[in-house]
Amino acid sequence: MAKTQTVSFKLNGKNVEAAVEPRELLIHTLRERLLHTGPHIGCETSHCGACTVDVDGMSVKSCTVLSVQCNGADMLTVEGLEQGGVLHAIQQAFHEEHGLQCGFCTPGMMTRVYRLLKENPNPTEQDIRYGIAGNLCRCTGYQNIVKAVQSAAKKLAATAPA
Amino acid sequence: MIPLAFDYHAPRSVSEAISLLSSLGEDSKLLAGGHSLLPMMKLRFAQPSHLIDLGKITELRGISQVGNEIRIGATTTEHELLHSKLLAEKVPLLVEGAGLIADPQVRYKGTIGGDISHGDPGNDHPALMLALDASFVLQGAKGERVVKADGYFLGMYSTLLEPGEILTQIRVPIPAAGSGSAYQKLKRKTGDFATAATAVMLQMKGNTVAKVSIALTNVGPTPLKARAAEEALIGKQINDASLNEAARLAMSICEPMPDQRGDADYKRAMCGEMTRRALQTAHARASKA
Repeated sequence: MAKTQTVSFKLNGKNVEAAVEPRELLIHTLRERLLHTGPHIGCETSHCGACTVDVDGMSVKSCTVLSVQCNGADMLTVEGLEQGGVLHAIQQAFHEEHGLQCGFCTPGMMTRVYRLLKENPNPTEQDIRYGIAGNLCRCTGYQNIVKAVQSAAKKLAATAPA
Repeated sequence: MIPLAFDYHAPRSVSEAISLLSSLGEDSKLLAGGHSLLPMMKLRFAQPSHLIDLGKITELRGISQVGNEIRIGATTTEHELLHSKLLAEKVPLLVEGAGLIADPQVRYKGTIGGDISHGDPGNDHPALMLALDASFVLQGAKGERVVKADGYFLGMYSTLLEPGEILTQIRVPIPAAGSGSAYQKLKRKTGDFATAATAVMLQMKGNTVAKVSIALTNVGPTPLKARAAEEALIGKQINDASLNEAARLAMSICEPMPDQRGDADYKRAMCGEMTRRALQTAHARASKA
């Protein structure tokens, strides 16, 4: 068996460490070792996007990244969106616009939307649909997700420093 | 789904990566974005004992212009291609192609060099590279060689890249001013490989075709250069007759594998249609001076 390696990275603002085999996928380290079960395991084949987390300013599918590749990274999962008991504007917007039904895709969806709105704070509907094309939702038909992203963009613009 | 055990190496320079490749031997694999290799390892289609991660080598990344050439580091990601202002201005075909590859998350990780050297006929960059007449820089223990994209792709998962070599850079001649280009890709859904796709570079002289390059994705064991279709178009106007003839000639070299995307006849027909559309779009974008 290959030797385990210690990887350390920043997870939602806190420094964390885990001893992993090189073959361990990031989703397993997050869920099973670091007990961050927000990112979900959907397809395990990098299609569905339920495992999406934000790594060094990129939305990535954590089922297709090795934990050892993330040594030194700065990472955000859905658990890091809420701050001090206050929902993030994206979470609030998904709540208000019914941007979820069963909720399985929601952590990955919102984490993806977080990066999308960082890169494009004022997206068109087409930008939104193209930007979330890597996240599958089998409940909503996407309509209310698009509305939630539009609403979140407005909320974020209203609170952004001028 | 977890890959078989392997040892992980993260060199900081190309020379370090090459010496690791030499010392670890043929049981080692290069890891770039990992979005082809890791899925194959999960399925046991690939079982390397050593992974050499190119992700920490900063010299392998970036897009620049040197003279009449665009140089792209092999681990530059699809996301970076898609958002490159330099490429949008000089080689818009690559931006269009990158935007049709996979989905946002995969584009943050997937690299142009990985897409090319994997040798999967479903990948999009190989045909784009043929259409653009690109060259590849291959580095190994014995030094560096530069090879043309045309001739690089030998068969399914087989390229000119030797064991011990790393594809380090992609060199794309900047197309002549006024050239039109297009990549037309038929896919069932976001993230799927092409059912068929065609890349076109086109230069007009007045109303007639002065120069054209046509390359086809996923209709054979390698990307295909549609030479007969190219030759048939030279000196012709772009109209229904010339488009139909070019499409017919492109279809005649296809050897598609039937799969869940369709049978061979359907794929061949779709290759013809993508060829027609790519030529029309490139024509609309080309200057007619």
